[in-house]
Formats: sequence, structure tokens, C-alpha cells
Amino acid sequence: MAVANRRIVRWGAFALALAAPIVLGQGSAVDEIAKYRAALQDGNPAELWEVRGEGIWKAPVGPGKASLEKCDLGLGPGVVKGAYAAMPRYFADADKVMDLETRLVWCRVKLQGMSEADAKKNPFGGPNNKSDMEALVAFVTSESRGARMNVSIDHPKEREAYRIGEKIFYFRGGPHDFGCVTCHGEDGKRIRLQDLPNLTTKEGAQKAYTTWPAYRVSQGELRSFQWRLNDCFRQQRFPELVFTSDASIALTMYLARNANGAPFDAPAIKR
Amino acid sequence: MADPMKIRANVSGDSTEVKVLMNHEMETGQRKDANGATIPAWFIQNVTVTYGGKTVLSAQWGPAVAKNPFLAFKFKGGAKGEKVQITWVDNKGDKRTDEAVIA
Repeated sequence: MAVANRRIVRWGAFALALAAPIVLGQGSAVDEIAKYRAALQDGNPAELWEVRGEGIWKAPVGPGKASLEKCDLGLGPGVVKGAYAAMPRYFADADKVMDLETRLVWCRVKLQGMSEADAKKNPFGGPNNKSDMEALVAFVTSESRGARMNVSIDHPKEREAYRIGEKIFYFRGGPHDFGCVTCHGEDGKRIRLQDLPNLTTKEGAQKAYTTWPAYRVSQGELRSFQWRLNDCFRQQRFPELVFTSDASIALTMYLARNANGAPFDAPAIKR
Repeated sequence: MADPMKIRANVSGDSTEVKVLMNHEMETGQRKDANGATIPAWFIQNVTVTYGGKTVLSAQWGPAVAKNPFLAFKFKGGAKGEKVQITWVDNKGDKRTDEAVIA
């Protein structure tokens, strides 16, 4: 009897010893990633995209030989400061709700005389392939750093986009019967070691939305919000989310509006 | 032509702290492309920082340095309004020089 007891005790200790490092491993990995981010904050390469984007913003290009400095992002022609914190929004000249990327495409077509296909070309960069769009996004969003998110749904078209975005967020489908909400509807979900924000809570939505766009260290690229949604769709094995499509604008509208009230804090840096 | 660096230089006490972000692919030479062919090494080899015509930092780098590298260092001296000049040369002979006014 005594021997059997001792064996149980010993096995118990063994199980504990096994369990402890795993639990510790998860906790510390999350802490370590936070520390890693803090260490990189000082030298965020996103600034390289911001500088390049500012150059593109001011460069007279296209058949119209115009710069984007007269581009109206919602606060009047050429006003960049704080504009991103109130996007997506309804634009009367286009009679459409537009997010930043869609508006940039609009300006490149209307002001610079580019074809729509040219303006939408190369939305996401890669190795040895620099995307002008991502640089422009970096520049414009950096001018809203510190501004409070203030996305309106007063206009009927804005409200419509918000509703559609909400539908898409909760919609489950595809080969894995997956939806945004599968990963982003509960606290404490992860993909590998990466904590996922719960976008159905105010804090989760605020923290997630206000830290995009971001420089992804693992990719060596600055990634826009359109890229974020596009890649989420890929991970869900959904059909490709078309760049600046109505669906992408609606989903952005839903997530941006839910982040209202929080100070915008991007371009950020992520692992 | 390489893209510009982002440089910040601030006097604190009797020294100047310089923070530089450089735009570079920094290929290690260890990676392979989609066809299985080795991507040739391509990295910054020499970094030189001058202040008032004097070299205050000179570094030899290798392929282990990260893409879009960030470099922070301090040197003795430096005055507000003066310029620091930073130059890198990579193993393909491409180079870039930028300067910043010390704040």
C-alpha cells in the first residue's frame, strides 16, 4: 500500500513537472512578444514607408501631371491630418462610402488621370516589389496618429455599409465553415503563439483597429488594412477579397466604427 | 537607386544620440526562390558616420543583419544645428548617403 502510494505521488510530481513548463512557455512567449514589440517601437521601419509615401503624395505623376496634394480625404482638399480617423466615410462626389485605399484610387483616377486598373495595380508589396499604395497608406495614416477614431454612420449609405460589414463579420462559410467571428468572437483565441483580438468587445476592436496598418517584421513589409482583410479571407479559405471591393469597404466600416473613441496609434509594428 | 534613410540625431548632455533606419533588402544568400535557385547575398557591408569631417562610427556588416536595419549609437560631442552624415555601401557597390541636422 505504502509503495503504491509513493508511486502515485511520484507520478503526480512527474505530471506537474511536465505541465509546468508548457504553461510557463505560453505565458512567457506572449510576454516576450510584447517585449520584442516594445524594443522595436523605437526604430519602426514603417517610417521608411511613411517617408516614401509622402514623396509619392507630393509627386506630380500620371497623364494629369498632378500630385495628390488636392486629394480630398473627407476634411477638404489636401487635408491629411486626422483624415484617416474618420474613414471610411460617405463621399458626395463619388456618391459612395469609401475607405482610404478606395479614395486614393479615386484621386489617382480623377486628379492624376490614371486608369482605374493602373491605380489599383500592385496593392501589396513583396520581395523586390515596392507598392506605392502601401507607402501612401503609411503616409496618410501616420498623419492621424493620436487622433481619436470618429467614424460616422449618420448617412444612410454609411449605415448600410456598417450593417453589411456586420453581416460579413458574422457570416460563416467556405470549405471550413469559417467566419471572422470564429477567431475574433471570443477572448483568448490564438493562431500558434499569436493572440487574436476579440473584435466583438469594445477594447478588442479598438486595440486591433488602431494598430493597423503595421510593419510586419516577419514579412519585412508595411501592411495596410486592405491587406489585413485580404489575408484573413485567405486564411479562412474564402474566395479572394477583391482590393477596394464593396465588401472590403463594408467590413472596414464595421471594424473602424467599433473602434470609435480610441486614439489612433499606427503605423505600428507587429512580429 | 536606394531609398532614403530615416535619421534622428539628438544632443543629450555631452554626447549625441543618433538613430538611423536604413532601407535595404539584406538578403543572406541562404534563401532560395520559388524555382529552387539560390537568391544571391545582398547586404550592407560598410557603414560610415561622419560629423564635422571626422569619422565618428565605422562599421563592417554582414548578412546576419536584419532587413531594413535600425542602428542607434552615441558619439561624444556634437552640437545643435550641425549635421551628421551617414553612408552605407553594399556588397553590390550600391551606396547611399543621407544627412540630418542634430536637434
